Amino acid sequence: MQVARQALEGVKVADFSWIIAGPLTAKFLGDLGAEVIHIESYTNPDNLRSISPMRDGVSGINRSATFARYNSSKYGLSLNLKHPKGLQIARRIVAWADIALENFTPGVMERLGLGYEDLKKVKPDIVMLSMPLLGHAGPLATHPGLGVQLSDLIGFGNITGWPDREPSTLPGAYTDFIGPYYALVALMAALDYRSRTGKGQYIELAQFEAGLQFIAPLIMDWTANGREPIRRGNECDHAVPHGVYACQGEERWCAIAVFSDEEWQALCRVIGDPALFDEPRFATLLGRKENAREIDRLIEGWTANHTAEEVMAKLQEAGVPAGVVANGKDLFEDPQLETRGFYKELVHAEIGPHHYPSPPFKLSRTPGEPRMPSPCLGQHNEYVCKQILGMSDEEFVEMLNEGVFE
Amino acid sequence: MLDPYRALDLTDDKGFLCGKVLADLGADVIKIEPPGGDPSRNIGPFYHDIPHPEKSLYWFAYNANKRGITLNIESADGRELFQRLVKTADFVIESFTPGYLDSLGLGYSTLSQINPRLILTSITPFGQNGPYRDFKTSDLVSMSLGGYVFLTGEPDRPPVRVGFPQAYLHAGMAAASGSMIAHYHRQLTGEGQWVDVSIHEACALLPTDSYNFWEITRLLEHRHGAVRVRPETGARLRRVWRCKDGYVNFELYGGALARAFTIPLVAWMDEEGMAPDFLRAIDWAAFDYSTATREEVDRIADAVSRFFLTHTKVELWEGGVKRRCVVYPVASPSEVLENVQLNAREFWVKVEHPELHDTITYPGACIRSPEAPQRQWRRAPLIGEHNVEVFEELGLSREEIVMLKQAGAV
Repeated sequence: MQVARQALEGVKVADFSWIIAGPLTAKFLGDLGAEVIHIESYTNPDNLRSISPMRDGVSGINRSATFARYNSSKYGLSLNLKHPKGLQIARRIVAWADIALENFTPGVMERLGLGYEDLKKVKPDIVMLSMPLLGHAGPLATHPGLGVQLSDLIGFGNITGWPDREPSTLPGAYTDFIGPYYALVALMAALDYRSRTGKGQYIELAQFEAGLQFIAPLIMDWTANGREPIRRGNECDHAVPHGVYACQGEERWCAIAVFSDEEWQALCRVIGDPALFDEPRFATLLGRKENAREIDRLIEGWTANHTAEEVMAKLQEAGVPAGVVANGKDLFEDPQLETRGFYKELVHAEIGPHHYPSPPFKLSRTPGEPRMPSPCLGQHNEYVCKQILGMSDEEFVEMLNEGVFE
Repeated sequence: MLDPYRALDLTDDKGFLCGKVLADLGADVIKIEPPGGDPSRNIGPFYHDIPHPEKSLYWFAYNANKRGITLNIESADGRELFQRLVKTADFVIESFTPGYLDSLGLGYSTLSQINPRLILTSITPFGQNGPYRDFKTSDLVSMSLGGYVFLTGEPDRPPVRVGFPQAYLHAGMAAASGSMIAHYHRQLTGEGQWVDVSIHEACALLPTDSYNFWEITRLLEHRHGAVRVRPETGARLRRVWRCKDGYVNFELYGGALARAFTIPLVAWMDEEGMAPDFLRAIDWAAFDYSTATREEVDRIADAVSRFFLTHTKVELWEGGVKRRCVVYPVASPSEVLENVQLNAREFWVKVEHPELHDTITYPGACIRSPEAPQRQWRRAPLIGEHNVEVFEELGLSREEIVMLKQAGAV
C-alpha cells in the first residue's frame, strides 16, 4: 500500500518550548507530518510532566497524561544545555531544522547561546518563533506569569460569571489555546516567504497580544463608545431563551439558544406546554426578553424531566440549537468526535494505551493525526543523535558518559 | 508575507477570523457578501450604539484589511462570476451548512476542477460528516458540547460560558492554521485540498484535563468559580482575590513556582508589617498543597487576603512587577488600554473610518515579523465597496457590472 505524503513531510522542527502554548504548536506540526524534536533536560524537565492525572495515580516523570496531551508526534531529547557539548548538539539540531520554537522568559535563549543571532550563524535561513507571555521586548518583557493569570490581564475573567458575584476566571490556562494557531499561521507563512526569497526570519508572538484578538470588539466598544463590559452569566442580547438548563440527574445540563421566532415556535412544539405556546407575551423577542426568567423556569420544568441527551436530541431534531453541557465522560463518549476520529489511541511506554486529541482541521488529502505517543524524557536521544545528526557510536557514548543528556 | 496570494471569503461570523489573519499578513482577501450585506453585520456592539450594518464593531474588528464585494451565488450570473474568481484565487473560505455549496454546484469537486491548486476551507458547527453533521449551533452550544462551560462558573449556580463569544474565533483560527498547512503542501506538490474544520472540535481542545481525568482516573472535574479545590484534602486554593478597588489573580504556589509567586509576596507583606510569624516560617520551596491541610491553607489565605485588601489593583500590579511577583489585575478594557507594556510596544492601531469622520483604536496584529512587517491597516469594507474594482479586474465592463447589479447578481 502506498502511504500518502503528509502535509508537512520534510519540515524539521527544533522544539525548545515547554508547558502548553509552544508544545501544542509543535504537536500540531508533528501530527501533520513534520519531524519534531522536543528538547528538555533532567535538570529542567517540562513543568507539565509533574501535572496530574498520572496513570494508576503513581507519579513519575513519564506518567503525566497532561504532558502527553500536548506532545504527540515528537521525538524526545534530553539535553543539558549548560554543558558545552549539550549546546553543541542543540546547535547541530538547529542546523538541521527549518523551524526553531521557544516560549521561555525573554532572555533565556540568549543566555544559553541560542538567541536568534546565534541560531542565524548556524542556520542562516532558520525561521525562529518566540511565544513569550508579554512580549520579547518592552518594559515588562521579563515579568513572569502563566496563562492562568494572563487571561485575567486580558480581561476574560472580568466578563465571565455573574453580575452579583466575583469574577469566575477561566479554567486552565485559556490563552495557551489561542497563541498556537497564530504561531502555526505565522510559521507556514514564513516557510512560504523563505521559499520565495531565500530568507529566514525571527517572529515574535506575544501571547498577551494574541489573546486580545479574541475580545477585540469589546476593546473597541470601550475605545469607540466608552463602555465597559459586565458579567452577564449566560445572557445574550438578542436570544431568549439562552442558557443552560438543569436536566435529569446530578450536574446534568443542556444548553439551549433560541435566536428566531421559528426556533422559538419549534421549541414550544417540542415542549408541548400551552403555558409557553399560547402565551402572547412570549410571541415576540421583546416579550421574551421581558419575561426571560419566567420562560427559563417553564423550560426548566420540562428539561428537569428529561436527560440532557434527550433534550439535545429532541430540540436539534426540531431545528433548535441545543447541546449537552459536556463533562469529561461526555467528551469521552461523544458520538460525533468518535465518528470523526478526533481522539486517537496510541500506546505510551509508561501510560499505556490512551487517547490523544487530533488537530481541529482535517485536510482531505493529507489528514494528519497523532502519529506517535508523547515521548518519555530522553526516549529518542540515541535516535536523534545517530539517525538525525549522524553521530558515530563512539561519539554518542562519549557524550552519554560526560552527562550531556542529563 | 502573504502578498502574492488571494482568498475569497464567503464566511459569516463563524469564520471571519480565518480571512482576517491572512489579510493581516498581506493576502488579498475578498469578502463576498450577499447583495444587501452579510447578516453578520447585525452583530453588536455598534459604533455609538447606532444599529446599522455599516456600524458593527464586531464586523469592523474581524473584517479589517479585507476588500469587499457583493455577489448572489444563488443566481446563474453570480455563480459564473464566482467561478471566474475561483480561477484567480488560492483559497476559498466558507461557513455555510454542510452540502450547501454542493447544492449550488459549487462544492469542492467542482471548484477543484476549475482550479486544481485551490484550497477550500469549510467551517461548520460539527464538520462535514458524523451524526451531528446537520445539528445547529451557537457560541453557547459549541462551548457547552466542547466541555468548557461545564468547568466555568460558581458551584451553586448553573455553569456559564466565557463572557464574550469564543467558539467561532477558535474555529476561525483553526481554519487559518489548516489552510496554511494545506498551502505549504500545495506549494511543494501543486495539489490543492479541502480543509474541513469543526467548531465542535476546536472547542473540545479547550477543557485541558476533563477528558484526561476521566480516561485515566475516572474522576470528573467540576467548576469552582474563582477557587481551585484539591480533591485530596478539600483545601480551597483561591485564584481571584478581592483588593481595594477590584480583583487580582494570584496563586499560592509551593515548589519551584513559589519563586515567582508566594516567596516574593510574603517578603512584600513583611515589608509592610503584614506577614504573620507562621507565614514567614513556611518553607515555600518544600510546601506542597496536595498534602497541606484545609486549615493550614485557610490560615495562609486569610493573611494574604487581608494584605490584598489594603492595596489597589494598580498598586498590586506595579508592586508585583517591581518585586517579580506574579500578581495580575483582573482587568477591564479601559485598564488594558493603559497597559504600559502594550503602549511601549505600540500595539494599538488607530484605524481611519472616513464615513464616520472618526478613527477607532483597534488591537494591533500579534504576529510580529521585522523581516516582513504588516502593511497599513484598512478598515473593513462597506457593502459592495470593491464591486467595480474587483469585477473590472476580472475583465467585466462597467456596463456589464451595472446590468448585473440591476439583475440582483451583485
